Amino acid sequence: MVVSMDAIRVEARHAPGDILQLWKRNMLAYRRQPELMVFSTIQPVMFVLLFAFVFGGAIPTGPVEYIDFLLPGILAQSVLFGSTQTGVGLAVDVTSGMIDRYRTLPMARSAVVAGRILADTTRNVFVVGLMLGVGFLIGFRYHGTVAGAIAMPFVAVLFGQTFCWISAAIGTSVRRAETAQVASFVWLFPLVFVSSVFVPVETMPDWLEVVAENSPVTHTVNAMRGLALGTDFWEPLVWALAWMAGIMAVFVPLAVWRYRSIQ
Amino acid sequence: MEQGHNGSSPIVVVRDVHKSFGDVHALAGVSLEIERGTVLGLLGPNGAGKTTLVRVLTTLLDPDEGSAAVAGFDVRRERTRVRPLIGLAGQSAAVDDTLTGRENLEMVANLYHMGRAAAASRAGELLARFDLVDAAERQARTYSGGMRRRLDLAASLVADPEVLFLDEPTTGLDPQARLELWAVIRELVATGTTVLLTTQYLEEADQLADEIVVIDHGRIIAQGTAAELKARSGGEHLTVRVSDLAALAQVRDVLEAEGDGPPTVDEATGTVSVAVSNGPTRLAGVVRRLDEAEVAIADIGLRQPTLDEVFLSLTGHRAESEPVDAPAGAV
Ligand SMILES: Nc1ncnc2c1ncn2[C@@H]1O[C@H](COP(=O)(O)OP(=O)(O)OP(=O)(O)O)[C@@H](O)[C@H]1O
Ligand SMILES: [Mg+2]
Repeated sequence: MVVSMDAIRVEARHAPGDILQLWKRNMLAYRRQPELMVFSTIQPVMFVLLFAFVFGGAIPTGPVEYIDFLLPGILAQSVLFGSTQTGVGLAVDVTSGMIDRYRTLPMARSAVVAGRILADTTRNVFVVGLMLGVGFLIGFRYHGTVAGAIAMPFVAVLFGQTFCWISAAIGTSVRRAETAQVASFVWLFPLVFVSSVFVPVETMPDWLEVVAENSPVTHTVNAMRGLALGTDFWEPLVWALAWMAGIMAVFVPLAVWRYRSIQ
Repeated sequence: MEQGHNGSSPIVVVRDVHKSFGDVHALAGVSLEIERGTVLGLLGPNGAGKTTLVRVLTTLLDPDEGSAAVAGFDVRRERTRVRPLIGLAGQSAAVDDTLTGRENLEMVANLYHMGRAAAASRAGELLARFDLVDAAERQARTYSGGMRRRLDLAASLVADPEVLFLDEPTTGLDPQARLELWAVIRELVATGTTVLLTTQYLEEADQLADEIVVIDHGRIIAQGTAAELKARSGGEHLTVRVSDLAALAQVRDVLEAEGDGPPTVDEATGTVSVAVSNGPTRLAGVVRRLDEAEVAIADIGLRQPTLDEVFLSLTGHRAESEPVDAPAGAV
């Protein structure tokens, strides 16, 4: 691929508007495909209820109520699982030929992927808000500062956005939407479960505990818990942000490059 | 719009383009030119390399070797100059199923950065022109195959392209929808649009194209007007079908006498056919002779050679690369 000055000029001038167009298109698709909305809202809400009531009594979380422990973890888990939709959506566009249309238009190259992720992030804001609402109904309470209460869901959304870029790189590299879905869950499941999302990592065998302690999911969830519970959050937050920056540094260029080299 | 050069030279120039996918040589040295305001028909069987060439010319695919230019702009180095000048209706209709017809067109217009009001009026204009007004507010998922094709074609025309690429525009359409689409394409050509059209049907190329390029296995194997190509494959074919298979030998003798080459006999369907020039006169002669010989004719007619027959005579093998015996009816 040859990158010309012309291409860079098109990018700079049209990227914001074009991203907005693609965002609009994807939001309409969400509204009109109820099954997508069901997947992204009912399932996380169901997770909150199931874990709170089924495992709630069995998992030792010390002085902290299990629901207070659980909710930040479930938020992170939901945005992670939700990020798979970025890759699925892009893979659908590739197979349907829609990408070919976009790529022959004089539009910004980055808009298709970025517009997709912006829409998925919008959906995440909605999902996180809904889950917080359900959480409050079944007893979740903030124990920290107001700033912490506002920052907590924000960290979740940022975390989800980061993983959307990994998903985008997958979605633009596979030939079918189903493959994108499977290729994401294969590593997302262990990543989510080998972390502090559902249980304190001290309850795991030693070797697993080491893995879990260093997971970006654990750092992020611990930071969110710190913010929500009013306990220490700076150290995990710095780790979490460093992980996110690292992932973005690798996967933003990778996703854009994969998108450009679709043939 | 800026132009690479003046209007009299070819608007599309392809020079010795090669493209391989692994060890498949999809394009093995293709060169061609399209004059401004004309229609080039790219005719070839499955896997010939038609779509690959269209993708190279529409900036979707970089050639391994060789060069291609649209309106004087190189499709690889100056793709941002090429894109505003072209429209593509690909082999599978690129319409967004969850958007309505109108939203599809408005989105494309917005991505051409036309401005909101201009985008809305352009969408309305195209919906009217492609007979989609009644379906304009319905999601494209509810459209029929023909409607999707029309919407796709409309989307490729949003910015009034100078060169339009149509990759098998009528494949999968019923005869009525095909005729309608042909009429639309003719209208476009009448307004001065240059068109590259790929097809598997000689008849379609014959109907629409000024010049036909036949490709096979990534190479150009023939080039000319429809009339020239047909002449090279023995022109029209005269076919006779009988219900009494015992009469086949007699029919064969008559066609041998009247036709321009050795007839081909198909015992399974009871038909004999032969290449003829001056078809109508020969047809009368054949009818008279068979009548004299008291052979009952089930069906008789003249028809244009199919892509398969053109292929057979140009290459000695059939369009589908299946093994064939020595071509009996070849010229
Ligand atoms: N992305 C690709 N990866 C691998 N092989 C490809 C790819 N695109 C095309 N090919 C191969 O290149 C050859 C030419 O394909 P192309 O799609 O250009 O043919 P076509 O003439 O358009 O055929 P059809 O009439 O079936 O659409 C085929 O053998 C095809 O399998
Ligand atoms: Mg094709």
